Amino acid sequence: MSASRIGFRVLLRDPMGLFGLVLAAVLILSALFAPLLASHDPAAIDVAVKLQPPSAAHWLGTDEIGRDTWSRVLYGGRVALAVALSATFLSVVFGGLLGLIAALGPRWLDQGLTLLFDTVRSYPVIILALAIGPIFGGGMVVLMGLLVATSVPYYGRIMRTSVIAEASSDYVEALRAMGMGRIRIALRHILPNVIGPILILASMDIPGFIMAEAGISFLGVGVKAPDTSWGMILDQGFRYIGHTPWLVIAGGAPLILATLGFTFLGEALRDAYDPRLKRRG
Amino acid sequence: MLAFICRRIALGFMVLTLATASLYVLVQLAPGDPASAMLGPRASPRIKAEFREKLGLDRPMPVQIVNYLIAVGQGDLGIDLKTKKPVVETIAAHAPHTIALVGAALLLATGLGIPLGAAAAVRRNSWFDRAIGLISVSLISIPPVVIAICGMLLFSAHLGWLPAIGAGEGFRDNILHLLMPAFAVGIGWVGYIARLVRASMIEVLGANYIRNAKSFGLTERMVTYRYALRASLSPTIAVLGVGVGVMLGSAAFAEIVFARPGIGKMMHDAVTLRNYPVTLGAVLCATALLVAATTLADILNALLDPRFKENRD
Repeated sequence: MSASRIGFRVLLRDPMGLFGLVLAAVLILSALFAPLLASHDPAAIDVAVKLQPPSAAHWLGTDEIGRDTWSRVLYGGRVALAVALSATFLSVVFGGLLGLIAALGPRWLDQGLTLLFDTVRSYPVIILALAIGPIFGGGMVVLMGLLVATSVPYYGRIMRTSVIAEASSDYVEALRAMGMGRIRIALRHILPNVIGPILILASMDIPGFIMAEAGISFLGVGVKAPDTSWGMILDQGFRYIGHTPWLVIAGGAPLILATLGFTFLGEALRDAYDPRLKRRG
Repeated sequence: MLAFICRRIALGFMVLTLATASLYVLVQLAPGDPASAMLGPRASPRIKAEFREKLGLDRPMPVQIVNYLIAVGQGDLGIDLKTKKPVVETIAAHAPHTIALVGAALLLATGLGIPLGAAAAVRRNSWFDRAIGLISVSLISIPPVVIAICGMLLFSAHLGWLPAIGAGEGFRDNILHLLMPAFAVGIGWVGYIARLVRASMIEVLGANYIRNAKSFGLTERMVTYRYALRASLSPTIAVLGVGVGVMLGSAAFAEIVFARPGIGKMMHDAVTLRNYPVTLGAVLCATALLVAATTLADILNALLDPRFKENRD
């Protein structure tokens, strides 16, 4: 049986891991099939039924301009997943590449990149988003750019450290002695050996990205209409908190379930595939 | 040691300078020109040109950057477009509320997280340990903004136990107004710190020097709290130093929800008014705060641990 199969079995035996897997699966399926599951067009305005409590026609009620909350929650899940997954992917790719270059490149380049990482990491992300988001006009692309740019240093540093450690191991010495080129060693031998733990760490950062997207959209500087975000629903819920608690529930509950699900799943993945990472707290 | 501290502080200043310059360049890179962004779409070309000249935006980029750095170095962050006073004054009026909030959240995170994590490590694999583990993960997974809104719904709107908005007048009132925001910002960190302390204590408890200490006849209690707990503080301090950045973001949510007049609330209000000098000044201050926190954490760790000579990854 392959290592990935064994890991998957360990994952299924962990109740929290199973719980996380189910939650994540539900979220992914509901996002994929949002057009089928939605009862209304999420952007359709009907002021006659504004701020309604849940009913047979509107399962989660309506917002202040009569849009169907259930449909908006489903489409918000699409946005949350799309942003979180692509931000994770892009951060790992760019961060990993820069980290690899820093570890194997000349010393001045390493120092320059490390300083760049430190500089970008010195911005508090949400505060930066509040200032930069509106200047660049907000929206999904700006939001993604911010999330990726501020996460790249994190993966860059991890990749740099792991590659430096791996590069001093005996088998790399041996390959070098056999006359193999640096770039070939890096891509064919070092990278496959260090990428596993980094991918697991990346899976554990998905809930962080989901939270960041919702948070920045709550502040009104992230996702923009006609797109929908759980953070925007939360913001509406907060503004109309005196009228109805349903918008807060509709925005908050899926957000908590999604972060909880992906957190449990990520932790179970880590425990199943790489118990050494457990120390990361 | 002194050399390390000096080097670390110098690095902090270097990073802060670079971050300031990068922010300036980033803003100039924004689509559309900054003059129309700040003056609004209806400003006439003549006003825009005057504005550009006044801000020195007609000069070459390197000159602009150096001028900006000099101005910031002298504490000149521009003029608040709403109050027409220096941005520094606006920020100085709001910053104490944010610093108090982050401080209270840090207090909550360490005051609850360290004892819980230590207790869980000592009772490893017991039901208590598992419960703490589960609660920790759950706390980490709930976004601060949701905690803040739900806290306000429950404790202010429903039960009426705690004040809902503002920062309060007088010491006792201030504390009462601080409770819910600090809870919203800090509670996730309780879980985070508890897990961190547990993991590093379990590692330390298995180390040779702990076994040695026990074989020398030191009591279990003494070994656990004097040596093992102390050794787990270093990663905690490092994480909290970086964590200040996240807490500043969470503080913004709590401030907006509870209408607490801190930096986050100030920025949120400024965004709607296109008051960019204020938002950019606030980013610089928050960045300076974060750089100071990480620098302080590194120095503190170096002082705590004699082996700790270089800052590690």
